[in-house]
Amino acid sequence: MLNIKNIHTSINETKILNGLSLEISPGEVHAIMGPNGSGKSTLAKVLAGQDDCEVTEGEIQYKGENLLDLSIEERSREGIFVGFQYPVEIPGLNNSQFLRASINAKRKHKEEEEMSAVDFLKLARETIEKLEIPQTFLNRGVNEGFSGGEKKRNEIFQMTMLNPEIAILDETDSGLDIDALKIVAKGVNEFKSESKAIILITHYQRLLDYIEPDYVHVLSNGKIIESGDKSLAQRLEQTGYKDDGE
Amino acid sequence: MANESINKLIGDRYKYGFTTDVESESFPPGLNEDVITALSKKKKEPEFMLEWRLKAYKHWLTLEEPDWAHIGYPKIDYQDISYYSAPKSNEDKPQSLDEVDPKLLETYDKLGIPLHERARLAGVAVDAVFDSVSVATTFKKKLSEAGVIFCPFSEAVHKYPELIKKYLGTVVPQRDNFFTALNSAVFSDGSFVYIPKGVRCPMELSTYFRINAENTGQFERTLIIADEDSYVSYLEGCTAPMRDENQLHAAVVELVALKNAEIKYSTVQNWYPGDENGRGGIYNFVTKRGDCRGSNSKISWTQVETGSAITWKYPSCILRGDHSIGEFYSVAVTNNKQQADTGTKMIHIGKNTKSTIVSKGISAGAAQNAYRGLVRIMPQAKNSRNHTQCDSLLIGKDCGAHTFPYIEGKNSSSIIEHEATTSKISEDQLFYCKQRGIGEEDAVNMIVNGFCKEVFKKLPMEFAVEAEALLNVSLEGAVG
Ligand SMILES: Nc1ncnc2c1ncn2[C@@H]1O[C@H](COP(=O)(O)OP(=O)(O)OP(=O)(O)O)[C@@H](O)[C@H]1O
Ligand SMILES: [Mg+2]
Repeated sequence: MLNIKNIHTSINETKILNGLSLEISPGEVHAIMGPNGSGKSTLAKVLAGQDDCEVTEGEIQYKGENLLDLSIEERSREGIFVGFQYPVEIPGLNNSQFLRASINAKRKHKEEEEMSAVDFLKLARETIEKLEIPQTFLNRGVNEGFSGGEKKRNEIFQMTMLNPEIAILDETDSGLDIDALKIVAKGVNEFKSESKAIILITHYQRLLDYIEPDYVHVLSNGKIIESGDKSLAQRLEQTGYKDDGE
Repeated sequence: MANESINKLIGDRYKYGFTTDVESESFPPGLNEDVITALSKKKKEPEFMLEWRLKAYKHWLTLEEPDWAHIGYPKIDYQDISYYSAPKSNEDKPQSLDEVDPKLLETYDKLGIPLHERARLAGVAVDAVFDSVSVATTFKKKLSEAGVIFCPFSEAVHKYPELIKKYLGTVVPQRDNFFTALNSAVFSDGSFVYIPKGVRCPMELSTYFRINAENTGQFERTLIIADEDSYVSYLEGCTAPMRDENQLHAAVVELVALKNAEIKYSTVQNWYPGDENGRGGIYNFVTKRGDCRGSNSKISWTQVETGSAITWKYPSCILRGDHSIGEFYSVAVTNNKQQADTGTKMIHIGKNTKSTIVSKGISAGAAQNAYRGLVRIMPQAKNSRNHTQCDSLLIGKDCGAHTFPYIEGKNSSSIIEHEATTSKISEDQLFYCKQRGIGEEDAVNMIVNGFCKEVFKKLPMEFAVEAEALLNVSLEGAVG
């Protein structure tokens, strides 16, 4: 479904990703770990299509098409969702208005009928309840004044509502208390299916106890230096990145 | 966004830029006593009106154009402007809509203000002013049954000279400033409204101003009087063709609210703003003031200003009556090279008077947007209150927002509160929206509309939707 072949990217002419390759099929969960600054968030941004990240070499195939030809919006509407490490605040823009616009942009793209305000509200209320987020969040500004953990939960809320095909979750577990972590993991596990793929970017083995990955990759200096199954994560937890892969 | 598509959007954005091809009679450019006399004669005005005009003109000659506002423009040559232009077909004063030149009716149709009986906006009476004259007023009968007077100013001068003499120039004196003196000398037409004692005006009143002719200035004059215990909601709309030359619009609006009366005055100003290089557009230099003359009276200004190359206006309230209330809700949008210096003045004179100011300024492109507001609480205005909320939103990095609050509290029992914020639509916010499938234009519109919600809520329902749409159009291509 997603095939990243030897990509090189730079931001403001600094090279960040250096020949990264990764292939992901439907139904799979891939965990990406790696030291600070190794390029994990950059990978998420490249997949989302952020303008700053220039892909200088390599290619990315998504559902058989050249992903790099698609605009940011098109990628989203085609099923790519990025849960951000630092979700931005948009004061004054109502959370539910935002989310409904988002859902309808996708529906329009798929030539489906728009979701009515009533249906939307029903779905939003049910979903938000499952994620144990207060209903009042719906009427607040997008991430406005949310705590770090609340922002992460809001990302999972949006993911659930949008029901993408591939979810790239960038450190969604950081900043969550233990209960919130369980709720988020439950949300992700419910999302998981035969037809969906998940990329989990994380620093902690802890998350992988709740969401079991099929593959674990170590990203260092802009490329994947080691891949394995979940036991790799356990090993890293003990040894750290320093002695690894060299 | 590619330059090309921005240009395309801007080219598309002003859909009111067409010209109506009517034969009109215009005075040659130039201003002197003869021109004013000819103008007054053209309008068959009573003697007192001509005297009033000439007095203003003599005073105007002694004045200098103000230069304190945060705006810049080349000097205006007042001898280069024509002070009267009217469609010829309007000459013998059509008595009913059937007699109005179809071309004029068509113009208003195109502007979305149908005047004929079938298609009229339900619940809104319209006075349509085309260049220097009023061409039609709808729902006259229904209004007169309620005792409400709503007619072109030039008609009121003939029919209700006593009311005109009693109120004209009592809120905005001729000598108030350079532009009011000029307007008093050469004003052409506008609307006159009188709501009798105890009457709640049965419908929204609205005047639609259209500049069509070239090289003419528009100097309209509006006077609204709400007698004791009455209520009226009034709305004005404005558009003009796209031209390379700048055109001057210097209006005066006077509101008088007597005891327990309420006037709600809304403006959707969409004069041609000029092109993306700042060529052409209207200079909108306007003086608007309301006098809460009676106790418990209330005047509320709501404005959505999206057009004009330069806007210079401060709709104000004089809170003379005890317990009177003044409100100012404003959204001012500037894009490309537009400049706006706008705000309000709240002058508290009566006891227990209250004023609220909510100003939302939005700048995009290379535009400059300034809020200038005066709150003055006089010594005798005991227990008065003001609350000011002044928010600016910047889109892009080449625009500017400025706030100039002037606060004068002259007694200790009163409270003045001022809050101000500046925010910016950042690349990160737009990226976030786009990652959620929302296109850039839609994202900007949603953020901007959220920002303005508080003001839009104050507009009459019929126009709130229009205002929102207008704002979206004004900001198209704002993010480069
Ligand atoms: N706009 C930018 N300009 C210059 N350098 C940048 C920019 N954005 C990211 N970088 C650099 O790219 C490198 C990779 O950053 P990235 O955010 O992808 O790391 P990460 O693996 O997600 O780290 P962390 O674990 O701390 O989240 C870092 O060295 C960072 O400083
Ligand atoms: Mg990161």
